[in-house]
Amino acid sequence: MTFSASDLFLILPELLVVTAACIVLVLDPVLHASRKDGLAWLSLGTLAVCMGLTASQMDHPATAFGGLVVIDAYGCFWKLLLYFVTGLTVLLSYSYLKEERLYFGEYYGFVLLALAGMMVMVSSADLLTIYLGTELMSLSLYVMAGLKRSEPRSLEASAKYFVLGAFSSGILLYGISLLYGATGSTRLPAIAAAISGRSLDDPLLLFATILLAVGFSFKLAVVPFHMWTPDVYQGAPTSVTAFMAVASKAASFGAFLRVFVEGLGGLKTNWSAIFLLLCVATLVLGNSVALVQTNLKRMLAYSSIAHAGYALIGVVAAGRLSGAAGGTNGIASVLLYIALYTFMTFGAFAIVAMLRKGGLEGEEIEDFTGLAKRHPLAALLMMIFMVSLAGIPPTAGFIGKFYVFMSAVEAGVTWLAVLALIFAAVSAYYYLRVVMVMYMREPGAVTATSPRLVMSPALTIVLACAVAGVVIFGVYPNPLINLAAQAVLTLK
Amino acid sequence: MTGFPWLTFLILLPLAGAVAVFFVKENRVRVTALSVTVADLLVSLPLWWLFDASSGQMQFSELAVWITAPPIHYRLGLDGVSLPLVLMTTVLMPLCVLISWESVDTRIRSFMAMLLLMEGAMIGVFAALDFVLFYVFWEAMLIPMYLLIGVWGGPNRLYAAIKFFVYTLAGSVLLLVAIIVLYFQGGHTFDIVQLSEGRYSSSLQLWLFLAFFAAFAVKVPMFPFHTWLPDAHVEAPTAGSVILASVLLKMGTYGFLRFSLPMLPDASHAFTPLMVTLSIAAIIYGAYMALAQADLKKLIAYSSVSHMGFVTLGLFMFNIQGIEGAVMQMVNHGITTGGLFLCVGVIYERTHSRQIADNVGLTKPMPRYAALLVIFALSSLGLPGTNSFVGEFMVLAGTFLWSKIATALASVGIILAAAYILWMVQRVAFGVPSPASLPKLRDVSRREMITLVPLVVLVFLIGLFPNPILTRMHASVEKIIARSIPPPREPVTAVSQLDRLTPPVKQAALAVGKVHQP
Repeated sequence: MTFSASDLFLILPELLVVTAACIVLVLDPVLHASRKDGLAWLSLGTLAVCMGLTASQMDHPATAFGGLVVIDAYGCFWKLLLYFVTGLTVLLSYSYLKEERLYFGEYYGFVLLALAGMMVMVSSADLLTIYLGTELMSLSLYVMAGLKRSEPRSLEASAKYFVLGAFSSGILLYGISLLYGATGSTRLPAIAAAISGRSLDDPLLLFATILLAVGFSFKLAVVPFHMWTPDVYQGAPTSVTAFMAVASKAASFGAFLRVFVEGLGGLKTNWSAIFLLLCVATLVLGNSVALVQTNLKRMLAYSSIAHAGYALIGVVAAGRLSGAAGGTNGIASVLLYIALYTFMTFGAFAIVAMLRKGGLEGEEIEDFTGLAKRHPLAALLMMIFMVSLAGIPPTAGFIGKFYVFMSAVEAGVTWLAVLALIFAAVSAYYYLRVVMVMYMREPGAVTATSPRLVMSPALTIVLACAVAGVVIFGVYPNPLINLAAQAVLTLK
Repeated sequence: MTGFPWLTFLILLPLAGAVAVFFVKENRVRVTALSVTVADLLVSLPLWWLFDASSGQMQFSELAVWITAPPIHYRLGLDGVSLPLVLMTTVLMPLCVLISWESVDTRIRSFMAMLLLMEGAMIGVFAALDFVLFYVFWEAMLIPMYLLIGVWGGPNRLYAAIKFFVYTLAGSVLLLVAIIVLYFQGGHTFDIVQLSEGRYSSSLQLWLFLAFFAAFAVKVPMFPFHTWLPDAHVEAPTAGSVILASVLLKMGTYGFLRFSLPMLPDASHAFTPLMVTLSIAAIIYGAYMALAQADLKKLIAYSSVSHMGFVTLGLFMFNIQGIEGAVMQMVNHGITTGGLFLCVGVIYERTHSRQIADNVGLTKPMPRYAALLVIFALSSLGLPGTNSFVGEFMVLAGTFLWSKIATALASVGIILAAAYILWMVQRVAFGVPSPASLPKLRDVSRREMITLVPLVVLVFLIGLFPNPILTRMHASVEKIIARSIPPPREPVTAVSQLDRLTPPVKQAALAVGKVHQP
């Protein structure tokens, strides 16, 4: 295989991120503790540069390294989203790590390495490269989940995440190998060419498809492969949880959609049926179990499972719709949904991260009692995030739901839209419980251990970005809708 | 018609006000909210005269692209049905601010902001002509109302707030699916006017009707979906009760009138027996329940169920009397029940009890209050000369054309209304007050007078001169009726029937003179 220097230029964003990660890792032991803040700023600067580069690549599709890497609007869409989330994560962590007394310079290094993995996932057209990206992302996240070394829960989360993550990677790899056996290639275009006209009568192809679906379902936290999510989300440091819930899910969706649409597009009626089952199970279980949670992080974990279910509606619809335009509507609704989900979920986790009870995190729903009295603005923001997660207009959450339901009805699965909407009404109950304790319960007397919110300039920026996304895209979503529609056009 | 964006202004002014109350001094919050609502009222008043009553078309239309794919527009407009409802809203909102002047003292900024948000969203619901825009406004008012009940409500407010929220949300989710289905079946548009002109297959209409029904029947609320209403009314602060009873409930009946009847005429006809049965059940059941209440707010809440039964009854008569009567009844119920809730709020501020037993014999200590209460009470039972008489009479006249039995049953509701209202008045106005409560019973203050008198004026104004409202809605209602009568598959007239008969029979029939050739 040959490659030219221009190929390196195409993956400049990835190179920059990896370089920055290495610099952070090397500088961390030698820098004086008081100057370690610089590492966060270095990470942010890198992200800003990458954002500019990727935005300029958006309209110039290209392939590099003999088709291993593709630069297209689809990949750029996800990358821009990932930069944004990573930037928010760095800012949130900047405050959170200080509050938690977690002084690890490596932290930012791992964030950047995870980001590099995600970028590879969304911009490669080869199953092995995608696998490589997945592993880079996952390994970084395993470490980050266990960063609170003093806390058994964090270690348990890390171990659990590692064991199940490794297991799911194995399944994914097994699926890739079977698909290679069936089609003779790991390149998505070659796979697509090989399976055109074939159906799942071929047992090899059947098993490959199922194993790939299961492998990705683990990463997406789709029922019944979601078991790791609540424990890991609850145990991991909250800034890491936010990063996992949003960025890792976005990247997994990015890679997953590319594999199933570009590679296995010929089998779409078949995989659509598989995801229909998973989608229904996810919607029902995610929303029902979230109802009985008392820990906010755990509730948000189930909520993120449920939201993956809503996004899957778009996937199911895309598989059932024939014709280029119809199929892309389904995929575009998924892109839009995940992008909008980013703002509200990250915002909610950011507030959870900064609510302190004594020296600990206040992450029980009860800890939010009377927040509206003590921190009216934070309570207002939390309410906006909750309302948006419940999908009530005029917030971003409604727009996201509206588009996946549009695609469901277009694809003729109106009953799925009805089911999903009924569970959206159910979900309003547990989201509003947070609003209820914040606004409608009187706080007890203020003591040293009563929950309080630690505000900082960095956190203010995070919350401002999140709430601006939720409100602006709730009222005027047109730019994002067009961007998503433009992005899926490049998906072949 | 002028090019001035009246409706956008009407919607945005309260929304801007909701933001503004957070930036004024604490002691100016109430004045700011009042100024905004009064300004909104003043802006809305010219519409009454600018409105062209001879046209059934949408007026004061505005159009802007909101989302390009799929085409969702910011499309507003009023016809003769929505105009009175918008004006009713703008008239009531300053009164809601006034009645909360002293009774709400915690988080006054947020409270006024919620009232103003509600106003913007409610006007939006009545003015929206794009189905998605309608849905956005429809849902957007859930959260402010939830907070109004849950934060400023009575002791059992948490339960009432979540019950209100879950009921109405569960009802309206199906509406969203119906809207999307209509989009794909009705020529890829969300334009309400355009969708109202399409014809949909009977089976589709059936499903869509059920989905619309779920949303609107909960909101009205129709029997047996009314159970959230007494809880919400009792626990909500006075202004919240007024908004709920006077405006929110109308959104349900407005939905039936704006969407179910013109878009789904066949299904509406098919479901008429069910709708009439439920309406009459609501009329009688609501009245019976009202008889048994010891709590003033609960009594009025159940009377609302009964009165709204008349509205849904009139709507499904498909004749001009029935529908115009229903719209009249919507406006009148807003005025009368709003007035009654304001009265309860006034007395609650004094005795801190809504129980009838704690508020007896008010005529002596509070003569002006008693007079106002009696006026609203008599209006509520439909005394001729007051506004409610007009609406109820027209609904009954419309029903009479359809079924005499239904009319007779509905009339039972009026008799029962007289019973529960007069019994309530007898106790509250003419009993013997307990000496302990006497010092608390100051008569209505000037602020409260200003709150209540406008509604009293409207009670008599509409009661004696209903024609200005009726003429404005006439053309629009006729348009809706024309839509909801299914076009005959082939013109079936006596003569065309006769043409099929053999000539001798025809001639015989003509000779007998039973049929006249046109």
